[in-house]
Amino acid sequence: MTTRSTEAIPAIEMRDVTAGSMRDMNHIVARRVNWTLPAGAFCVIGGMQGTGKSDFLFTTAGLIPPVEGSYRLFGNDMPIYTENRLGERLLLGLVFDGGQLFNHLTVSENIALPLRYHRNLTAAEAAPDVQRLLEWAELTPWADSTPGAMGRNWQKRVGLARALMLRPEILLVDNPLAGLDLRHRAWWLNALRELSNGPEWNGGRAVTLVVTADDLRPWRGENRQFAVLQEQQFTWLGSWDAVERSPDPRVQELLALAPASEG
Amino acid sequence: MQKGSTSTFDSPRVRHLLPLPRSWANYIGRKLIRFLLAVQGLGAFALITLGVLITKFTFARRVVHPLVFQQISRAGLRLLPMFLFIAVALGLVVIGQTVSWLSRVGAIQHPYLGSIMVIVVVRELGPMLAALLVLARIGTANVVELGTARAMGEVEALEALGIDPMHYLVVPRVLGMAFGIFSLTVYLILGALVSGYVWAFLQDVPLRPGDYFSQLAAALSGIDFVLLGVKTLLFGFLIATITCYHGLAQPLRLEEVSYATVRAVAQSVIACVLLDAICIIIYLAA
Repeated sequence: MTTRSTEAIPAIEMRDVTAGSMRDMNHIVARRVNWTLPAGAFCVIGGMQGTGKSDFLFTTAGLIPPVEGSYRLFGNDMPIYTENRLGERLLLGLVFDGGQLFNHLTVSENIALPLRYHRNLTAAEAAPDVQRLLEWAELTPWADSTPGAMGRNWQKRVGLARALMLRPEILLVDNPLAGLDLRHRAWWLNALRELSNGPEWNGGRAVTLVVTADDLRPWRGENRQFAVLQEQQFTWLGSWDAVERSPDPRVQELLALAPASEG
Repeated sequence: MQKGSTSTFDSPRVRHLLPLPRSWANYIGRKLIRFLLAVQGLGAFALITLGVLITKFTFARRVVHPLVFQQISRAGLRLLPMFLFIAVALGLVVIGQTVSWLSRVGAIQHPYLGSIMVIVVVRELGPMLAALLVLARIGTANVVELGTARAMGEVEALEALGIDPMHYLVVPRVLGMAFGIFSLTVYLILGALVSGYVWAFLQDVPLRPGDYFSQLAAALSGIDFVLLGVKTLLFGFLIATITCYHGLAQPLRLEEVSYATVRAVAQSVIACVLLDAICIIIYLAA
């Protein structure tokens, strides 16, 4: 895995990108997206359910290529399906909405897998890193359980810990607060804030965060940037003040329909 | 064809020339095109599997090699008790029928027992039976496991982590099934040959063990060993490739997994029979 100083180069740069759906590439979820995200930013993309936020995130993660347009990651073309530039692609991590854990592996094995695979380590060699993330995500009691034995709240945390195992510079998190109880929501908000500020265990390095949400209000805060994806249109809003002032009916609709949440 | 447009095939002259009614021609055409598309997809999947197997053989070996041994155990070692039972039964069936038939035609000394065992068990029934049993026990499980993993988004999760699903999910299954079927075939054949003699002894056939094994040795040739190895390894490769293809290659919903399993079993049986036919031609030509 390569790590480098990327302060001057945008972490994500999309020019006229049109993104399709994972299931059907002919189904367009976002048209002509122009988006530049600097390294270290914390961006929240809002949108109603079914507007294609997850598919747009999958395109950003390089799981599916853009239908058209140019997508650059840290100044280079996004290495989609390019085996010899895998290291560059691993600068970007993805946390799925449902965790998407490997059901035949235990929680520890799920978290260890990316590190073991890419660095050719035994389970014992990967154990210290796994233990650190288990403790950080409060997953130690579940270490030897399989995902089927856990609730959805905890499965999502395992997905986060697994994505962090390779220490990505950009982390894409798909709808982290969906379906969580208040305690877990608070944990996620704190955990992502910590990642954005540069946690000690990550060498103080801030992680660039892109989060999708169907309710923007829990995410208001300083240094957060907001965008909305509705009806195939990706609209960049900027700070929370801009969100509240936006005359765009799609943004207003999103705020008006969002259920009350903790701030 | 658009609704309301007139097709070339609708003209009375062309209709008259068609060998089958149009609905039948459409049906056969659709089936043929589906078959060719399936062959194309499977061929591409098999080539990709081979490519990944060769280029990434040593990559992440501490993760992937234990998976290969796990699959060999699953498609080989764990099926051994069942195969030993089948071997004993196979020896009884073949020897029982052969002795009965030879006695009827007056070949009391049974000089052909060894030859018949080699032709029936070593060349044909042993490898084919082993392949079909492993298909039934492990091949179907492959489709269900991989199809469910695909439907639940686990394959996308692997890709997001930069883990090649072909390397992590398919290669261990292909190697495991190839070596599993090869090993089980060897045990099945040995078991059937030994049990065959035991059944012949119990039927009071005047045949000493030395004579029986001399007959077996005389009936076997070098090409038997070569083709046995190649055929069983290819059976495993084909079954694993087809079952993994149907589990992984297409985006699946959970309700489609059972249909994918049925298709995989049917195509695996056809592929094994075709391979067996090719081997028979090679035997006859050699």
